[in-house]
Amino acid sequence: MADAVLDIADRSASKTAAVHGRRQRGVGRWLVLGVVVLGLLATLFPFFLAIINAIKTSAEYASTGPLALPRSIDLVQLQKYWDLSDFGRKLLNSAIISGCVAVFGVILSTLNAYAIGIGKVRGSRVILVLLLLGIMVPQESIVYPIYYMAKAVGIYDTQLAVIIVLTVLQSAFGTYLLSSVLGSFPREIIEAAEIDGANRWQVLWRVVIPILRPTLMVIGTFFFIWTWNEFLIPLVMLVSNNNQTVTLAMGLTRGQNLSDPVLQAAASLLGIAPTVIFFLIFQRTLTRGIVAGAVK
Amino acid sequence: MAGAIGTYAQHRRGYYLYLVPGAIGFTLIVLIPQIANFVLSFTAWKGVGTPRWIGVQNYQKLLTDDQFWGSMIHTLMFIVSMTIIPVAIGVVLASLLFDYVRDQFGERVSNLFRAGFYLPQILPITTAGVLWGWILSPVGVANIVFKAIGLGGLAQNWIGDATWALPSVSLMIVWIQVGYCLVVFMAGLSRIDPSLYEAAQLDGAGWGQRLVSITIPLLAPEIFVVTLTTLIAALKLFAPVFVLTAAGPDNATMVPSYLTYYHFFTTQRVGYGGAIAVVQMILTVALAVIFLRFQARQQATE
Repeated sequence: MADAVLDIADRSASKTAAVHGRRQRGVGRWLVLGVVVLGLLATLFPFFLAIINAIKTSAEYASTGPLALPRSIDLVQLQKYWDLSDFGRKLLNSAIISGCVAVFGVILSTLNAYAIGIGKVRGSRVILVLLLLGIMVPQESIVYPIYYMAKAVGIYDTQLAVIIVLTVLQSAFGTYLLSSVLGSFPREIIEAAEIDGANRWQVLWRVVIPILRPTLMVIGTFFFIWTWNEFLIPLVMLVSNNNQTVTLAMGLTRGQNLSDPVLQAAASLLGIAPTVIFFLIFQRTLTRGIVAGAVK
Repeated sequence: MAGAIGTYAQHRRGYYLYLVPGAIGFTLIVLIPQIANFVLSFTAWKGVGTPRWIGVQNYQKLLTDDQFWGSMIHTLMFIVSMTIIPVAIGVVLASLLFDYVRDQFGERVSNLFRAGFYLPQILPITTAGVLWGWILSPVGVANIVFKAIGLGGLAQNWIGDATWALPSVSLMIVWIQVGYCLVVFMAGLSRIDPSLYEAAQLDGAGWGQRLVSITIPLLAPEIFVVTLTTLIAALKLFAPVFVLTAAGPDNATMVPSYLTYYHFFTTQRVGYGGAIAVVQMILTVALAVIFLRFQARQQATE
């Protein structure tokens, strides 16, 4: 499937507008455009609301309401939520956890996929189905035993626990994707390296990984962002404020009684900002992985 | 490769070494917990001490547990906002963007639209929850807008009222899901031969006819994949409910995942929570098996 996924994305990306030469004139084309634009505006409206209100003062919000454009840019509320939630700390935690999972997840996926895709070890197909089922089943059915085990070995409420669990879960998915990529890896290249005297480890390290680098980067990016957005496992594992991630902190704001509406807008904007930045940086990469991410 | 290295079977055996770290991880984090949860679902356990074996009693209790059945019914309702509405909007929108906007206004414009509709997908769901919680609160934007345009009577306590809580959560879910459907469908459309559309247009087929007779039949595989993946996601729905309503008010938005979480960590009825998780798992695996068989068939025909 992974091939198919990457294929589809590639084709859509590389497909330049096959100019059909059937442009129409008249009211109809503008009407359709109008409908689509309206839909788009409705979709983007909540983002717009968050932005214009996060930079107001409470007094301004109270007097002009949420729909008025801000008279000036006031960062007081953003600052206030930042301090209140210790947002810098949360960002750092998210970055550490997501970064570690991305790196370790890619390593683990590569090792697995090397054995399955290139080694074609017996039982490969069973392993892949098992992995896929492992990803698809709800995390609820593993979360309590994991929580209990983490407590038993003394890593409960540490970032390490979240990193270990999410590395394994993400790499199950990475293995699935990479195995099919490696399944179609040109055999001649590997045989040539073996004839030159390279052992298995050298083939992996010096031949397969360099060729696979772009794909590994893509998968690492997915792991990073998926981990950034992960909610249940951090929710169960991380109780202390100091260890929590941005996504988790956002999920817990309901209980924090953010009575000030402008503060809520500020919280939303701070939550939106990092992912929009990722989106802009990795836009091409991400649109490729949409179908891939679907199985999760 | 010379025989000196050994038989091919021996050669392959060496690769097993590379599976060891992954196998240990998968066993510890997925396999053992999965089995443990299954076993625990036949016990009464508070999370401390020794679990007491009670056979299928947890499952028997489930049969008459209104909270559980309520959560199942809500799941069915959330399928409307997770799957049915987004797929419908997605097909129409993809077809409009691909077959109409792209032709009339160019690829860049249609790509811009696609990115815009996709934006809600990239947010952590909890952030979306904070945003919508703010919009839908009693003193939130939604009510202020209704009052401003003279429809103050429509103002509601959207997420705090048992009648409106589920539709309100659903609204946010639709907002999130449309982008996913749209992008997959547009990718699917790009493999359709444009000359099909041209021929249809020469024959005088309008956009609506092209949608029904070309787009939908040719998109069937994508529609199937999206439907199944979103169904699986609907069965696991947790974060939107946790953030917006905490399954309330009065269980009006209770879903199985939340109920499991609630029994694990609030009532401490771990065995009972485990039984709900097992039911969820069985339903998910059933859907997943359909999905895998479909994919195997797709690959065979390719």
